Amino acid sequence: MADATVTLEVQRYRPEREDEPVWERFEVPARREWMVLDALNHVKDRLDGSLTFRWSCRMGVCGSCGMTVDGEPKLTCATPLAARGDGRPVRVEPLRGFPVIRDLVVEIRSFLGKLKRARPWLIRDDDVPLAAGEHLQTPAELADYKQYSMCINCLLCYSACPIHHLEPDFAGPAALALAQRYNLDSRDRGAAERMEELSRHSGIWGCTFVGECSEVCPKGVDPAGAIQRYKLAAAADWFQSILLPWSGQARAKRREVAR
Amino acid sequence: MNRRRFHPRWFRRRTPIFWWLEKGVYVHFIVRELTSLGVAYAALLLVVQVGVLGAGDAAHARFTALLASPWAVAWHALLLATLVFHTLTWLHLAPKALVVKLGGRRVPNAAILAGHYLGWLAASALVVLVLVRS
Repeated sequence: MADATVTLEVQRYRPEREDEPVWERFEVPARREWMVLDALNHVKDRLDGSLTFRWSCRMGVCGSCGMTVDGEPKLTCATPLAARGDGRPVRVEPLRGFPVIRDLVVEIRSFLGKLKRARPWLIRDDDVPLAAGEHLQTPAELADYKQYSMCINCLLCYSACPIHHLEPDFAGPAALALAQRYNLDSRDRGAAERMEELSRHSGIWGCTFVGECSEVCPKGVDPAGAIQRYKLAAAADWFQSILLPWSGQARAKRREVAR
Repeated sequence: MNRRRFHPRWFRRRTPIFWWLEKGVYVHFIVRELTSLGVAYAALLLVVQVGVLGAGDAAHARFTALLASPWAVAWHALLLATLVFHTLTWLHLAPKALVVKLGGRRVPNAAILAGHYLGWLAASALVVLVLVRS
């Protein structure tokens, strides 16, 4: 008896051959332990070596293998191939909202620019020598930002965000969540600096709180929550600068603007 | 500066105008956003009503008679449904944005949501009390 198979419907885009993507079907073994990524690797190894896709760690850490599986943004290394079990083909497409370079590979340089503008690193306003030792944190201080530090830049949140599709300049969920990750870090002093960039329309105010970014996040980061918290902080900051213009935070903000 | 990059060989999927029909959550989102028009209408109606009150008893009587017509009642029943929907969705989103700490511990989302419902009930009870006593 022939081994059971699963039909994999893969979106192909080979710019030298096609003007727009086409669907191609492959029959792959229906192994219970296989993830969609295993099936794609089977296609590449045994059926069509030209199939192009990104992957690396195979354990949900590197964030490279994000694709659209049956219409949903997923890490293919963590999406069981035969889980559905209804005999319908498993459809694999590139992540939505990004230009497709080839087959399942998308162009992500726009995201990398947005990430850089969010300044996702510790910013200090002092120069502490190494001899002074570590910047210690309490467990509560760590808990404040830990959730947001779990982001692996897999871009599933961007693929799920209709605002990112409609307004490509929108900073997007991951960049904003990572900015918030550093804002909430007790060691960081860069909140005012980030606020200048991210309180623009293309920053936090571009988010209309669809909330799908948090639903699809494989790491439970909750970018939508991070952005809403950021909005509250920005609004409070604005009110403070109007009502208490002499306060320290308001002065720091004005210095940033003047810089 | 336009930071978008272009390449003649990259394929860009055009976002269809009815993108929001692709998923139930997108439909829910669009309905939530559209019901904010109902909120704006209700606020405008209140402002007009206050203006009519200032214009004298006759003007106010004409306005309330207009609001009592079957079409106006049906329209405002629909408006009430949109307001309730908008309020419920707004209340359920609030815990996402609010991080409240008591005694160094984060207050659970369910407690923040319950607080919002209690506030809503209290405000509604106050309005009913004023209406009953007037």
